[in-house]
Amino acid sequence: MAEPIPVETTRRRFLIGATGLAGGMALVTMLPPGRAAATPEATRTAIKAVVGSAPLRKGRIKMELPPLVENGNAVPLQITAESPMTDADHVKAIHVFTEKNPQPNVVSFQIGPRAGTVNISTRMRLADTQIVTAIAEMSDGTFWSDEVEVVVTLAACLEEI
Amino acid sequence: MAARALINVPPKARRGEIISIRALISHEMETGFRPNATGQLIPRNIIKEFVCTYNGVEIFRAELFPAVSANPYIAFTTRATESGTITMTWTGDNGFSATESVAIAVE
Repeated sequence: MAEPIPVETTRRRFLIGATGLAGGMALVTMLPPGRAAATPEATRTAIKAVVGSAPLRKGRIKMELPPLVENGNAVPLQITAESPMTDADHVKAIHVFTEKNPQPNVVSFQIGPRAGTVNISTRMRLADTQIVTAIAEMSDGTFWSDEVEVVVTLAACLEEI
Repeated sequence: MAARALINVPPKARRGEIISIRALISHEMETGFRPNATGQLIPRNIIKEFVCTYNGVEIFRAELFPAVSANPYIAFTTRATESGTITMTWTGDNGFSATESVAIAVE
């Protein structure tokens, strides 16, 4: 297995780290919710590839993620959406994006009126404390989104470093 | 390596009822972003696609990226329309492919 990393934790270093963490958390709680402008470039590009020029609106889709995650390797998420799921009006697809994972895409689901309802669950990896975005693509060509901020204490993806 | 897949579909349903389908498969979902002990990146090895068909008609499809956890678990719903077979197929890197089928009785 991996060798233990020789990190010397002095009292001073610990205190500096702890202060930084506390400061960071205070900052996070102070930020207003739904700051789309803060989304990094790669995520915006990935979302653009799905949404195109259509407007992205908040609502009609609901994503549930635990607000505080101890282990980013398997984070349960559940997605529900408001839709009658008829032939004329249904959810066509659902896409999930992250802003700080190595790659913005997480998973894309193609569904249809036969689903009867929208209730999808899966498990994802989170590399960092970040905002996760879910986008629902409706049969009428509109796009709806939901954002959830998740605090991660043990990150996934890069744990060998 | 034969992958172990667990799928959960109710054996019986009323016509028109919305049923829940759950699928779990053993797979490491190696991201391709992790370095090994010598500092080289471990090559990506993930499941890229999951497809569920109901009597041959596709009802659900998922495109998976490295951000999906190891041993991918997917739960979704469908309307029970007729008796028959529900088949799930996973495909991925390095020629990975696994298929599981289950019968459903609709009355």
